[in-house]
Amino acid sequence: MKNGTLKVKIGLAQMLKGGVIMDVVNSEQAKIAEDAGACAVMALERVPADIRAMGGVARMADPTIIEAIMKAVSIPVMAKCRIGHFVEAQALEALGVDYIDESEVLTPADEAHHIWKHDFKVPFVCGCRNLGEALRRLGEGAAMIRTKGEAGTGNIVEAVRHMRAVSDGIHRAITTPQEELMALAKEMGAPFSLVSEVHNIGKLPVVNFAAGGVATPADAALMMQLGADGIFVGSGIFKSTNPEARAKAIVKATTHYQDPAIIAEVSKNLGEAMPGLDIKQIPTEELLASRGW
Amino acid sequence: MKIGVLAVQGAFAEHIAILNKLGVAALPIRLPPEVVGLDGLIIPGGESTSISKLIRDYHLSDEITSLAGNGLPILGICAGMILMSRRITDSSIEPLGLMAITVRRNAFGRQQESFETELSLPVLGNQPFPGVFIRAPIIEQAESTVDILARLNNTIIAARQGNLVALAFHPELTNDLRFHQYFLSIVAESDRFNLRGSAVAKGN
Repeated sequence: MKNGTLKVKIGLAQMLKGGVIMDVVNSEQAKIAEDAGACAVMALERVPADIRAMGGVARMADPTIIEAIMKAVSIPVMAKCRIGHFVEAQALEALGVDYIDESEVLTPADEAHHIWKHDFKVPFVCGCRNLGEALRRLGEGAAMIRTKGEAGTGNIVEAVRHMRAVSDGIHRAITTPQEELMALAKEMGAPFSLVSEVHNIGKLPVVNFAAGGVATPADAALMMQLGADGIFVGSGIFKSTNPEARAKAIVKATTHYQDPAIIAEVSKNLGEAMPGLDIKQIPTEELLASRGW
Repeated sequence: MKIGVLAVQGAFAEHIAILNKLGVAALPIRLPPEVVGLDGLIIPGGESTSISKLIRDYHLSDEITSLAGNGLPILGICAGMILMSRRITDSSIEPLGLMAITVRRNAFGRQQESFETELSLPVLGNQPFPGVFIRAPIIEQAESTVDILARLNNTIIAARQGNLVALAFHPELTNDLRFHQYFLSIVAESDRFNLRGSAVAKGN
């Protein structure tokens, strides 16, 4: 028996497709997420909107919280570590979490290098803003990708920008002739072998979820129609006035993303969505998506 | 031949790709009207709690139960096996109760215990089958009406009861098409398919 192979790492993400992964900060929220039909939860100490509001250094969650959440639900539990903080990742692996998110939502520990993820048995998901960034993370051993969006804003505009950029990159890789792929790899700053793979198979070799700004069922369906394999919702659920109803509605909208009647129906009477932020009002140095490279 | 793949959550696209590769029409199924005219159904791997809720939302679960009762061949993979069972040891979800089996979820542990191994599956011949197990369940108990198709260290990981087949591992994550071919042969031999075929031939 072989554990921790790339196939089983990528395979778990394949099982999560078409589903919603919800940020939770305690076991009660984790139960609400599971009961709403979430396909996994992300255990963290504060949701991105609170991290943004509080400032300071955001780190891996207290293992007590993560263990309580792992005990409370039967669905996969993910947890975040700081970019480049391989010891936080080692600790999360020791706790037995199902996936690690090396996340720009936390304060980076290394501004030059991400974690060498091939060394771990636990799989990693990483954020990206375009195809080059996605392929750099895959080169380091990530088994799943998510577009970064802009976490904690309740504003979908950055998630849309990043998903469209990834799709454009894939389209370019497919249509670029063989003899020009090396120049494309150089331009994207991506490993040649992975650019070639995208050229040959016509898609990313791993699952790609949308993240960062999903606040409504329509936001989730929008990202699915733009080609996301599934949805991460951070602050969007537990910063709204009716988390149970909103969580269920976002799950349904993600499944039935091509069915406008269902999206309209599940969008009714959900109460207030989380308060949103205009990206243009956020000082450039406070944008989370520009963390990591 | 038309095979439906339950597409509310999980790895349904992989099955559709394999069926297309085998020259079979495959349809994603999300709502009850879509099951009309199916010759077989695949319930794919995914998160069993999510799928269980999503098939109850629009009563798709009732359709699947009645189709199974009418002899529709169904292949359940991982979460699909859990849903097809009669009982789940941790009672975390209410299964559809299609097969006389008791299933334990996440029986090997969490993701870090997910693994690959070679399996012996006599119905596919002598050549070993690549087994990909992801937070996999096992069949803890099977009644005598159930045929055991494969074991791993004495644990039941594949079973068949009439036209219903359940697997703990993921053939759709491999390049080996033999298990899908085996399921299609069950569909081709089923009374349902052959009666429908003769009805079509008679122009009914």
